[in-house]
Amino acid sequence: MNQPRNPVEPFLRMDRMPHIWCPGCGIGVVVNCFARAMLESKTDIDSVQVVSGIGCTGRIAGYLRMDSYHTTHGRAIPFATGLKTARPDMKVVVFSGDGDLVAIGGNHLIHAARRNVDIKVICVNNFTYGMTGGQVAPTAPVESLATTSPFGVFEQPFNLAFLADSAGAVYVARWTTYHVRQLAKAMREVLQKPGFCFVEVIAPCPTIYQRRNRLGDALDAMKFYKEQSKLSEGADTRALDIPMQGPIPVGRFVNRDRPTLLENMNAVLGKRLGAKYQPYPTGVTR
Amino acid sequence: MVEKDKPKKPKGEVHINREVCKGCGFCVEFCPSHVLALDTAFNRKGYHPPVAAKPEACNGCNLCGLYCPDFAIFGVRLGKVEEDSDDEG
Amino acid sequence: MKADPRGVLTGTHFLDGDHACCEGALAAGCRVAFGYPITPSTEVVERISSRLPEVGGVFLQMEDEIASSIAIQGAVWGGARSMTVSSGPGISLMMEHVGLAAMTETPCVFVNVQRGGPSTGLPTLPGQADMMQARWGSHGDYEIIAIAPNSPQECFDLVIHAFNLAERFRVPVMFMMDESVGHMTEKVVIPPAEQIEIEPRRFTTDPPEKYLPFAAGPDLVPPMPPVGKGYRFHVTGLTHDERGYPVMSAEAQEKLVRRLVDKIRTRTDEITQCQEFMTEDAEVLLVAYGITSRVVQRTLQLARQKGIKAGLFRPVVVWPFPEKRLRELAQKAKAVVVVELNYGQIVLEVERTVCGCTPVRLVPHGGGALHDPEQVLAVVEEVAR
Repeated sequence: MNQPRNPVEPFLRMDRMPHIWCPGCGIGVVVNCFARAMLESKTDIDSVQVVSGIGCTGRIAGYLRMDSYHTTHGRAIPFATGLKTARPDMKVVVFSGDGDLVAIGGNHLIHAARRNVDIKVICVNNFTYGMTGGQVAPTAPVESLATTSPFGVFEQPFNLAFLADSAGAVYVARWTTYHVRQLAKAMREVLQKPGFCFVEVIAPCPTIYQRRNRLGDALDAMKFYKEQSKLSEGADTRALDIPMQGPIPVGRFVNRDRPTLLENMNAVLGKRLGAKYQPYPTGVTR
Repeated sequence: MVEKDKPKKPKGEVHINREVCKGCGFCVEFCPSHVLALDTAFNRKGYHPPVAAKPEACNGCNLCGLYCPDFAIFGVRLGKVEEDSDDEG
Repeated sequence: MKADPRGVLTGTHFLDGDHACCEGALAAGCRVAFGYPITPSTEVVERISSRLPEVGGVFLQMEDEIASSIAIQGAVWGGARSMTVSSGPGISLMMEHVGLAAMTETPCVFVNVQRGGPSTGLPTLPGQADMMQARWGSHGDYEIIAIAPNSPQECFDLVIHAFNLAERFRVPVMFMMDESVGHMTEKVVIPPAEQIEIEPRRFTTDPPEKYLPFAAGPDLVPPMPPVGKGYRFHVTGLTHDERGYPVMSAEAQEKLVRRLVDKIRTRTDEITQCQEFMTEDAEVLLVAYGITSRVVQRTLQLARQKGIKAGLFRPVVVWPFPEKRLRELAQKAKAVVVVELNYGQIVLEVERTVCGCTPVRLVPHGGGALHDPEQVLAVVEEVAR
């Protein structure tokens, strides 16, 4: 009798397992949830393009068995914009970390949200720059310890859900890696939803963030997420700050409809150029 | 009385790839039926993978499989042709 | 293959270099472009933004040059031909992504309408001081191809060549215009589409199970994978093996980066392109490229009128540098005079190539204006004595 294989294996580059992420790293859970979302929604692997930035989360592109692109630090979103423009029929998913997407990549994040580029952004937020050893990130809570803020972070962190919402994202959700079912569901939702979608995933970095801030290991983080998450479905994103070791508001906060960038382009150019204009494919069926 | 003493057939079973497990403990912690426990033995990398300590309690919900960051474990429902989809709908 | 007629504005036009460059890109099959305004290149993207929708394409002005320089690469992997346009400060921002394109072997075109530098410099005036940057601007070992047109007609013709070379060698091609060429208006003849040769992108014919995205044959250039067709390839800027997977080792580095540089270095003969004026008997060999080559053509006339056997060697493809031919010509000359709109960049290549066999003299100029042909003539007369 054949040993059954893990049903997520077709979505993974099994020739590269085991992956480099630390024991208990939340990124593995994120990949697992995405594979699950693909499986459950019966999404064709060859209809998805995966783009990532640099950092631990950026390594996701190398482990998902899809056409995948491991680009430069902070620039996954503009690469994804270019890719989507050339192939609007593809679902383009960006995986990257808080530092990559919001610090160096912040400008690209807000403009892509503003334009409503039809890409899906999964932001793994572990409050640090893990790959390089734990430097301060724009999401690091005040007074948390980082190698470049050794006496405690003294900057106010971003509230990523608010940032994405105010920049114009049509879907904004935050879950933790404890919320595996909700996360897989959110990923299924964004795969179907046109427009700029942003899913923030709070994830443990056990080796660095957890350890340096004496917060225990990954399991301690997961238990913390379980206890301290506050379901805040539909909440005002302004009120979703994450204090250090305080309640974590989670849920789907924004789910609205706006024409995508290419749809807007067709509308405006069509209006001005009339019959002369041949609408560009948008990849959206409404 | 006789039925109460008859051991129940498990509704599911777990499959564990011991050598890729990194011993994070998520599956043990979050299994709703407390099927798993960390093995006292090590795998080749020095981690303690899970073992099914109470296999009869497994109902194949695959929550362990959803949590595993290393794709080292998954659960299947027994006696069904295809796997249920685990969505909350 | 022949150009797609939809993008070819056949006819005789009166265009400046920036506008001609846009038309050349369209003729080359560019249908997706990204850019950011910067003098003196802005007109290229302004025209692109109005022309691309007419030919079924898309132009997006991105939030900055960094976004533009990588968006084009996303589009290329999506199957398009793509180009971005900038000048000094913007090109500096794009340098990381020139390196990414070289490392991932992404065929694309970067247009630099050079202006006075460094820093903000002289935005509306010409310079040629980005030539070394074009070659060495990004970090690490890599090779690029750089072309220097000297007229609006060439801005049309040679940008097509830039796209073709990019596809053939899977490298970023730096199209080194300058403000003079970009803003001068001249006759530009655009032929019918069937007279324009386009290098098709080479896709793999291997099935997905066999295909290795970064394995190359004797030409050192791997065929590209089509997107969404089951190849499930991985592209990374990390040092990678033939599967495209990152490998952290000196062996992988040697194997990969050696091929990246060799594909240009060992095939330079297929890439170099030069123009020569009166070099057969030249005793004073002038070397100039881009707009300066036109100034020097005037110097040549004046010199010959004075009985000086002067000749002009004009690299059209400046990188890889045409060492072989220059060495041949230099050996027959009494002196080599390099004229460039900078304080000495390509002259370093000339000196290296000539290797002491002939004295080399530089006629520099900081930019902001062009050399005076008589000023150059004075130096020619000096070395001819």
